[in-house]
Amino acid sequence: MKLTDLTRLGKFVVTSEVGPPKGINLDKMLHEAEYIRGRVAAINVTDNQSSVMRMGGLAACKVLKDKGFEPVFQITCRDRNRLALQADLLSAAMFGIENLLLLTGDHIVLGDHKDAKPVFDLDSVSLAHCVKRLEEGFDLAGNKLDGEAPKFCKGAVVSPCAEPLDPQLFKMEKKIKAGVEFFQTQAVYEPEKFEKFMKRVKEFGVPVYVGIVVLKTVGMAKFMNENVAGIHVPDSLIEELKKDKEKTKSGQTGVEISARLIKDMKNMCQGVHMMPLGWDDKVPKILEMAGV
Amino acid sequence: MLITKVKTKEELLPVLSGRVLVIPCLGCSQSYFPVEEFNSLKDELKSSGANLASEVTFDYMCREDFTERRLEIYREQLEAADTVLIFSCGVGIQTFAGLIPGKKIVSGSDTFYVPGFPGFTPSEHDCEQCGECRMGLTFGICPVTACSKGLLNGQCGGAKDGKCEVDKNMACGWQRIFERMNALKGSDKALKEGVQIRDYKKSSL
Repeated sequence: MKLTDLTRLGKFVVTSEVGPPKGINLDKMLHEAEYIRGRVAAINVTDNQSSVMRMGGLAACKVLKDKGFEPVFQITCRDRNRLALQADLLSAAMFGIENLLLLTGDHIVLGDHKDAKPVFDLDSVSLAHCVKRLEEGFDLAGNKLDGEAPKFCKGAVVSPCAEPLDPQLFKMEKKIKAGVEFFQTQAVYEPEKFEKFMKRVKEFGVPVYVGIVVLKTVGMAKFMNENVAGIHVPDSLIEELKKDKEKTKSGQTGVEISARLIKDMKNMCQGVHMMPLGWDDKVPKILEMAGV
Repeated sequence: MLITKVKTKEELLPVLSGRVLVIPCLGCSQSYFPVEEFNSLKDELKSSGANLASEVTFDYMCREDFTERRLEIYREQLEAADTVLIFSCGVGIQTFAGLIPGKKIVSGSDTFYVPGFPGFTPSEHDCEQCGECRMGLTFGICPVTACSKGLLNGQCGGAKDGKCEVDKNMACGWQRIFERMNALKGSDKALKEGVQIRDYKKSSL
């Protein structure tokens, strides 16, 4: 099912994400997915997340689909040129994978193969354009595809709390013009900022699913503030994590914060995208507490 | 523009056999040649037992007609050598090797690309000679070289406090484009039109 169809039906869309393993054993990933079975509309599968080499997302999507999950195939421009990207897109369509998340991708130097060649032949905007061309029955070079054209639901990302915001909104608009139909956001910890962002993007008329990364430790919050673009964890939340060490360690503080953030923002947007980073078992509780 | 950096003694010693003819390629305006490092490497190689039997100087080794002429002039040294150790850019070595298929050639240096052109100080203002300059759209800042990913359609999600995810000391190219646009009270309207995709055929004539 296409995520945008759910939004069209008036449903609040809940998605989560898993990462393929560094190896060929999918047990852990599937175990994580089982925690959220029936609680989310779809599960994103990351693509060499943080430029760290892992099993391919397409294979993991196919396995999830065979097990009755709805996958969102994340596809970055870092590791593949336009031929390889199109080949994987056609492969995904052949497997019946409908939902895509189109990303530029982190730079190679952030990952574990720092000496590799960064590709970036296309970027998230031109990749969206490329998918649209495939849907129209042509490849990016203008050659006609044989037979039925693939049909996808094209998603992309945006950072609502980036400063300055204008370059992000510019890119968001370009993505929409290139065919992007929904957005999942970078993690948001500041509902007031998100509200301002949503006011500015309302005119675009495209569903936005707000990103939630569950806070695990004080260190993680500080690390993200220092190093992760577009994320700011306010001091009040860091204090909350510090207050009761046992509670934070058990995950309860992170669960409460996440649920509260969703509650505060659910009426501003069309869905929520959970990024539990291995804490998938906590997702059902968070969603229940948030009332979604 | 290019910089050549001499290799280390450790890397070269195992591959230098017999009588070695050393050829530095000098006098090129494209390439900076590290004379001091070249001289001290030769001393180190000699004291470690390498037989650097003779040395002749070339320039513009990359030009086949020049190199052919010099090969005639230095035929004697060349015939006497078992190994030719060349200090030039990668183009020079390939030209030389192409003219003498029967001779063992060893590259004495590594070639690096550096921003800028001869006569200009290498700086952050780089040109990749993409053959489809977009700076009319991007307010005089090149997205191909000012962005670490060479993104043509806007900023990625990796910029933090105006800096690139690759290097905290490097300004985000797309943020620079927007800052300049704002300073000029310009509009992003033209930039927003269409999808920019690089045509790699255009980077060479």
